[in-house]
Amino acid sequence: MNMMNKNELGFADLLKNGQTLKQFRDGIIERTQASGCYNGIEKLEFRDSDPIGYEKLFSKLRGGLVHARETAKKIAASPIVEQEGELCFTLYNAVGDCVLTSTGIIIHVGTMGAAIKYMIENNWEANPGINPGDMFTNNDCSIGNVHPCDIATIVPIFWEGRLIGWVGGVTHVIDTGSVTPGSMSTGQTQRFGDGYMITCRKTGINDEPLRDWLHESQRSVRTPKYWILDEKTRIAGCHMIRELVEDVIRADGIEAYEKFAYEVIEEGRRGLMSRIKAMTLPGKYRKVSFVDVPYKHEDVQVSNAFAKLDSIMHSPCEMTIKPDGKWRLDFEGASRWGWHTFNAHQVAFTSGIWVMMCQTLVPTQRINDGAYYATEFRLPKGTWCNPDDRRTGHAYAWHFLVSGWAALWRGLGQSYFSRGYLEEVNAGNANTSNWLQGGGINQDGEIHAVNSFEASSCGTGACAVKDGLNHAAAIWNPEGDMGDIEIWEMAEPLLYLGRNVKANSGGYGKYRGGCGFETLRMVWNAQDWTMFFMGNGFMNSDWGLMGGYPSATGYRFEAHKTGLENRIAIGDSLPLGGDLDPSNPDYERHLDATATVKRDKQCITTEDCYANHDLYLNYLRGGPGFGDPIDREPKAIEGDLNQKFLLPEYAEKVYGAVFTQDAKGVFTVDAAKTQARRAVIRKERLARALPTREWMKEERERILNKHASIQVQHMFATSFALSEKFTQQFKDFWNLPADWLVREEELGVPSYGSKHRMDLSLLPDVTTVVQVEE
Amino acid sequence: MSTYTNEQVAHLVEGTLDWETTFRMLSMPKDHSRFEQYVAALQAKVGFKDKIVLPLGPHLYIVQSAKTKEWVTQCDCGHVFADYRENWKLHAAIYVRDTEEAMTEVYPKLMAPDTQWQVYREYYCPTCGTMHDVEAPTPWYPVIHDFEPDIEAFYKDWMGLPVPERA
Ligand SMILES: [Zn+2]
Repeated sequence: MNMMNKNELGFADLLKNGQTLKQFRDGIIERTQASGCYNGIEKLEFRDSDPIGYEKLFSKLRGGLVHARETAKKIAASPIVEQEGELCFTLYNAVGDCVLTSTGIIIHVGTMGAAIKYMIENNWEANPGINPGDMFTNNDCSIGNVHPCDIATIVPIFWEGRLIGWVGGVTHVIDTGSVTPGSMSTGQTQRFGDGYMITCRKTGINDEPLRDWLHESQRSVRTPKYWILDEKTRIAGCHMIRELVEDVIRADGIEAYEKFAYEVIEEGRRGLMSRIKAMTLPGKYRKVSFVDVPYKHEDVQVSNAFAKLDSIMHSPCEMTIKPDGKWRLDFEGASRWGWHTFNAHQVAFTSGIWVMMCQTLVPTQRINDGAYYATEFRLPKGTWCNPDDRRTGHAYAWHFLVSGWAALWRGLGQSYFSRGYLEEVNAGNANTSNWLQGGGINQDGEIHAVNSFEASSCGTGACAVKDGLNHAAAIWNPEGDMGDIEIWEMAEPLLYLGRNVKANSGGYGKYRGGCGFETLRMVWNAQDWTMFFMGNGFMNSDWGLMGGYPSATGYRFEAHKTGLENRIAIGDSLPLGGDLDPSNPDYERHLDATATVKRDKQCITTEDCYANHDLYLNYLRGGPGFGDPIDREPKAIEGDLNQKFLLPEYAEKVYGAVFTQDAKGVFTVDAAKTQARRAVIRKERLARALPTREWMKEERERILNKHASIQVQHMFATSFALSEKFTQQFKDFWNLPADWLVREEELGVPSYGSKHRMDLSLLPDVTTVVQVEE
Repeated sequence: MSTYTNEQVAHLVEGTLDWETTFRMLSMPKDHSRFEQYVAALQAKVGFKDKIVLPLGPHLYIVQSAKTKEWVTQCDCGHVFADYRENWKLHAAIYVRDTEEAMTEVYPKLMAPDTQWQVYREYYCPTCGTMHDVEAPTPWYPVIHDFEPDIEAFYKDWMGLPVPERA
């Protein structure tokens, strides 16, 4: 006979105060709303009465978090974690609000908090129960994770039998067992192909992972060895931090610790507001970004006919900085989510922007959920950044998150510029791609997947007093590093035939965007190998600032049947180095005439086969520029020419540089002649220009006649369908007749999902956590 | 808090400030007096007599007209675009790169957007030809009104400065 446990599933009294976690959290939300201060904390009693004790506690905890990250990182074998540092540890209070976070991919300041809140709202304390020594694993994108490859381990922290907080650790794994290999794959169009999805599952008790979890999870992904070491990394870090908290409490007392764990969030809230007042300028800032989703092409092979269309993601942002130092970010008018993997959960957005803000507005260690409480977010339901359907795919949410935030860079850049803090101005992000991904049997004869993180070193945006940095950073990881060639060659069956700065990739300007770089990879010693491309191609996701140009767009180069095996054997010439001038390609001159070459703007593809000696160009984008290019110093142009950062043709055309080249190939720019040429450029500009209002009449005619590509009309149609306000503003601006509209159904492309959708919140027994205005 | 000399701020504006000081500016808490020093440095540089109320770009300002005391958006060269509350771009000269040919004037083949997806709109001063902004939207996109500063709150509440007279 099967005897049931007599212990009733029910109230666990984890807080020992008679409240459930949900009741306790509701109280905090109520007190926050009523007072405007986090948890009703109007006076920072601890900090004000014992500032040194408070700072000591802060330093101990923060230092411990950073130390745990540095130590745990060494356990991992995956170069993404071990070389690139794609991990992060965060300490939460009992309700899942972030107290402090480590360095690294601190987008997760709120994502693991969202998972904790989900467990609280859905009564995890009754079932499956929350006990000392438990571990929970989450990567569910419909409750706040950014993309499924960010796996979080969450450990509750108890003190004398009472739950006092949580610690979470996250690593970016190489493979999630999605439809195609690589952690941010493109072949799927829905959640159901996005890979192994774990919803706050209890995966360990008594500090040990459960055996069913170990067996199931490792066979659910292509790279079990990396997977398990990543898990050990997360667990070790979480346990180190849990011990640290115990030590701190032993030293400073539980009362001080708990006071700190709430007060520091209020301090963070005030900190953001005071920084906004110290650095920016009140007013309204309107910016917009786009990115291409070119799925119509035959090299995008998906399992659904309804996903086969070209579309554009649209992210208009109205940023309002209020006189009291609060700010509001409103994305009214954003386009609908789509049948691809570039959708984002609201928390990916609200949590994620802090990874960017810590590089500009809040460049301190004091990042926690206080910043969230000082910000009003409006992400309309149904948009790409707050989907209203539980089927959406998220594997590469970054495809547009990075670009969506570019609008914030430009808004903040404007405010810094107007206020005179020129050193802070940044024209924007690079579109942090290409993502070289794929898999098959590697050089060790094992099933393998790869995801090159060279994209963590793109060009940065130009500043108002200096050029952007070349091949230096990615917005999503302040600690990014391009990784050593030798390490990548061990991790991937792909030899390097070149790794060069990408000429003309940085946006032009008085100060140019940082250049990206490009690496030419040759498949070597693999079997049944596949790869694909992912990045922007037909569009630029970032604009320049104040007269600077956007960076260059992406393009793809791949070559098959290259004949390189034989060319190497006989010592014939080889394609080496960069693809310096794609208008005049050189690689093809060093391949057999029978080679199949793909050289185009189709920068999103799905898994395709690569034989040994096939080629793949990994081009990492540059950053946008600042200021009118004809203001650029002749010496700076000379430097760019001599370092092959800029092709001579564009030094002439864009910068108006007049120069000579000596017998050794050294360029010299003539300042006086350049100045004269620039005077002519000003005249040429005006000769080809129209008054804006004249041009608007022409453009209005094109709109009335619906003269635009399908993808452009489709973008407007999805934004119109979600926002009356955006529609009205559009029609007012162009003075369109009342009955003018573009609807998806008139475009002759699949409109599956445009009318009928079902949100996760409609599933039985599910309470979703909403953290934004919708 | 660090403070900087007027000379240092003038060098910052020129792009000739030494890296050590620039780095200090980046890493230390912000100097509250910067705005006044910055406007003074710009005022000394421009050729017009109108008072700079707020700098908008390297060659673009909201100024108080010396003659009328109206606030307008104005170029370095003295060209007046419009009332400061209006979108100055609607009063600029525009050139739209909406063909492959026009795009390859500025980027190598394959490295510029496809104009079926995205165009570049260059906004010039109708008098001096300075390029004040490059928009990179889809076709049909409204001209964006980028910035509506709350100048009164900024001067009065944030800076503790008298708001310049406005007609
Ligand atoms: Zn002018």
